[in-house]
Amino acid sequence: MSNEWPLWEVFIRGQHGMSHRHVGSLHAPDAQMAVKNARDVYTRRNEGVSIWVVEARHIAASSPEEKGPLYDPSQSKVYRHPTFFDIPEDVGSM
Amino acid sequence: MYAQLIKTARSGIKAPEDMSPDERAFQDRIDRGEKIEPQDWMPDDYRATLIRQIGQHAHSEVVGQLPEGNWITRAPTLERKAILLAKVQDEAGHGLYLYSAAETLGESRDELIRLLHEGRMKYSSIFNYPTLNWADIGAVGWLVDGAAIVNQVALQRTSYGPYSRAMVRICKEESFHARQGYSAIMAMAFGTPEQKRMAQDAVNRLWFPAIMMFGPSDGESVHSEQSMAWKIKVKSNDELRQQFVDQTIPQIEYLGLDLPDPGIRWNEKRGHYDFSDPDWSEFFNVIKGNGPCNVDRMQNRVKAWEDGAWVRDGLMAHARKKSAAPAAAE
Repeated sequence: MSNEWPLWEVFIRGQHGMSHRHVGSLHAPDAQMAVKNARDVYTRRNEGVSIWVVEARHIAASSPEEKGPLYDPSQSKVYRHPTFFDIPEDVGSM
Repeated sequence: MYAQLIKTARSGIKAPEDMSPDERAFQDRIDRGEKIEPQDWMPDDYRATLIRQIGQHAHSEVVGQLPEGNWITRAPTLERKAILLAKVQDEAGHGLYLYSAAETLGESRDELIRLLHEGRMKYSSIFNYPTLNWADIGAVGWLVDGAAIVNQVALQRTSYGPYSRAMVRICKEESFHARQGYSAIMAMAFGTPEQKRMAQDAVNRLWFPAIMMFGPSDGESVHSEQSMAWKIKVKSNDELRQQFVDQTIPQIEYLGLDLPDPGIRWNEKRGHYDFSDPDWSEFFNVIKGNGPCNVDRMQNRVKAWEDGAWVRDGLMAHARKKSAAPAAAE
């Protein structure tokens, strides 16, 4: 049985009110150590106010090969963007 | 938008000297403009009030699909149909963002939906009015989503982080909703005399229900004080309503339509439009369940939930079977 520590993905909230953003990954034996390691590895210059860690094997991701079927359909739906509609300037921003 | 008459669990605000150290520290954070996040300590009443408000907001997004969905199959052109479909799809998405935000407070989505279906949680009064014809669909996008935007732009600054971030995302998408509505109503107002009459009729019928969306007047709104202190609400009902009226009247005038309220006139001294109060007895009556479409809306919601049960259950059973399979094979 390997004693290699599992991989964790690290998410940092940069400042109050913002979402956590993925910043990178690290190895740690458990969640508590992963948070401590993340603090040392990713917030040495005061980059964050909150840390989330998730063991990498728990992350499900879309596959790059599926890019077409996943995202192409929204390209033809230009009307989802507000700029699709010509609204006269006289009526104010909308 | 879409949260009206949210009861805070307590009335009045605690004086700083009556607060526990935790409560004082919490209030200080709010006053400094910090966001509260799910793992942070928060007063029970703050949590309960937010669950009610975000839950009601989520329900409004979901129930709000019904009056518009009513016209998807009867849109006048394929383009308008695709646009309306995209808008209604957005509303479903907004409901999902908001239920997720409520769930960070420890309430489950299924429980919130159960409370809605049992009539123990509300949704915005506006969705209990019918959409009688295509002009109503234009007017709903323009006026109802327009009112929602005014409320939601303010709520981007609400103190609870997940709610605030959901609002930011929703506001980005709402602009499309208002503009597609105005574009549809422009087509009618500048169309044939009969189309213009329909546009006028829609504005006349929806004006007062739209300005009711902001909830009762500040004097009547007994639960606002604590919500404002906690920055769950950041602007008062009357402030938001005035803002909506001020921005909407030039839009009505541009269409060449008559103003829907004889009381509307520019007040030079205030720098705002004066307007008549809506009939608040109608508002309370609709909230109580006696609006034109309350029964119909809830029947459709409950039916959709019940008709979908076999899909939800089936997919869950499949997922359980799949996750159990490797263990069984070992």
